[in-house]
Amino acid sequence: MEDKIVFCKGGGCTAKLGAGVLSRVLERLPKGPADPNLLIGYDSKDDAAVYKVTDDLAIVQTLDFFPPMVEDPYTFGKIAATNALSDIYAMGGTVKTALNIVCFPEKMDLNILGEIMRGGSEKVIEAGGTLAGGHSIADSDVKYGLSVTGTVHPDNIYPNNQGQTGDALILTKRLGVGIICTANRVQEASEEAMNAAIASMTTLNKYAAEVCHDFTIHACTDVTGFSFLGHLHEMMDGKHSCVVYAEQVPVFKEALDYADEFLLTAAGQRNRNHTGPFVQFEGVSFAMQEVLFDPQTSGGLLIAVSKEEAATLLQRLRDVGLPANIVGEILEPSDVEIRVVNAKNK
Amino acid sequence: MIQVNAMGDTCPIPVVKTKNAIRELNGSGIVETLVDNEIAVQNLTKMANQKGYGVKSEKLGENEFKVTMTVGDAAPVEEAEEEVLCAVPAKSRNVVVVISSAQMGVGNDELGTALMKGFIYALGQQDILPKTILFYNGGASISCQGSASLEDLKSMEAQGVEILTCGTCLNFYGLSEKLAVGGVTNMYVIAEKMTQADLIVKP
Repeated sequence: MEDKIVFCKGGGCTAKLGAGVLSRVLERLPKGPADPNLLIGYDSKDDAAVYKVTDDLAIVQTLDFFPPMVEDPYTFGKIAATNALSDIYAMGGTVKTALNIVCFPEKMDLNILGEIMRGGSEKVIEAGGTLAGGHSIADSDVKYGLSVTGTVHPDNIYPNNQGQTGDALILTKRLGVGIICTANRVQEASEEAMNAAIASMTTLNKYAAEVCHDFTIHACTDVTGFSFLGHLHEMMDGKHSCVVYAEQVPVFKEALDYADEFLLTAAGQRNRNHTGPFVQFEGVSFAMQEVLFDPQTSGGLLIAVSKEEAATLLQRLRDVGLPANIVGEILEPSDVEIRVVNAKNK
Repeated sequence: MIQVNAMGDTCPIPVVKTKNAIRELNGSGIVETLVDNEIAVQNLTKMANQKGYGVKSEKLGENEFKVTMTVGDAAPVEEAEEEVLCAVPAKSRNVVVVISSAQMGVGNDELGTALMKGFIYALGQQDILPKTILFYNGGASISCQGSASLEDLKSMEAQGVEILTCGTCLNFYGLSEKLAVGGVTNMYVIAEKMTQADLIVKP
């Protein structure tokens, strides 16, 4: 048991640096001459970088790695890879190649590393990509992830901030995996809750993205460390406001229970500090607020699509087995950027 | 009173340890939790507010914070108060910071805005935090949405600093709906806070 605790110190996207701290560093970096072929870079806060090679081909690049958030190395590998691959799908791209990123203690059993990489490799294959190499470092703690390269047609990129007034917002996975993993770390999560969270975290966003390709997607992002509200805030990008219907947001019921027990992450509070000023809650319980600020590891896609197409897209997403739902609507800009309302309390 | 040492523990362990201590109280009493980061202070404060416990927090040093929760109707023990006073007499000084403009100093506005952001950050890093920060006139925008200082102010508020913004000023600038940290106050309270201060800091 002792060994396992060393393996898992509370990782996943809860280990991310806060958005506020990060942007303070990023805005001070020297900027070289702008390359017009870099269609999406880090100044746009999007999910991945997109570089146009020719008029009908752009490459999508992303990397993600983090410490374990579950005890089982093989499961951790699958989750980390699913999470890293997700950014390609959030940009509308197709996965081509992946490189392993590994930090591993020299003295730890190498079989554990083998299990992590087996999990990761399986997910790359499921994504239709090829593992092309990697880089490993001896470190005091385990960390694993992927650098992924995909392709996309430059006209079919899904930006994260081009939603339009009147668009429906669709979320494709349940929220609350961060809180469930945190509760699990202090042995307060039920086995069913943990298994459900793992099943969600190891579901590739590939299946949601493939459905999306038949629709006109205005904006798309994957919900990860900055929480549902944090990524929604990035999607509004100061140009729109929105309303979120709390009772329609897919969540893990147990995450609400554990939030009421205050099994909360530091990252969740950082998200509240960063995004809270843009959010107004109307009749939304404390637990639900916490879930909306909960950092998600390998979360679902958050999609903005015209109201006319929303119902059909939702049906198609449910047909491939996703717990998707329409969770809100994009509105004209307003004083309050994100209103979260609870119809049940009215 | 029960003391909980959660130094070096990451969230949610400080909350879990504190909950266990509150359970041990078997009713009313006081739990003091030591933590090494402000986010843990905020998460503990959040729990206390939800549960209706009395809560205050103070910064004991670099990376050391104490969160005191009062559970039930137990009044704060006076001995403990005195102990704190003896250990750090400087803390008892009533320091009030007055922010009357969105800029620090007179001259270039862009520079003044950057200086004010830096001042509030530096204020939050002091060993002894002020008791109260008052915002009025042009200063009212600093406690509102869109201000670059919100994170710093929230962190100070979580450590027990009282943050008050002039209501008349919020109305005048159309900011009433945008206040993002602390409470709204009136001229009577502003005058009282300033006349009762041991030291007024006005950047």
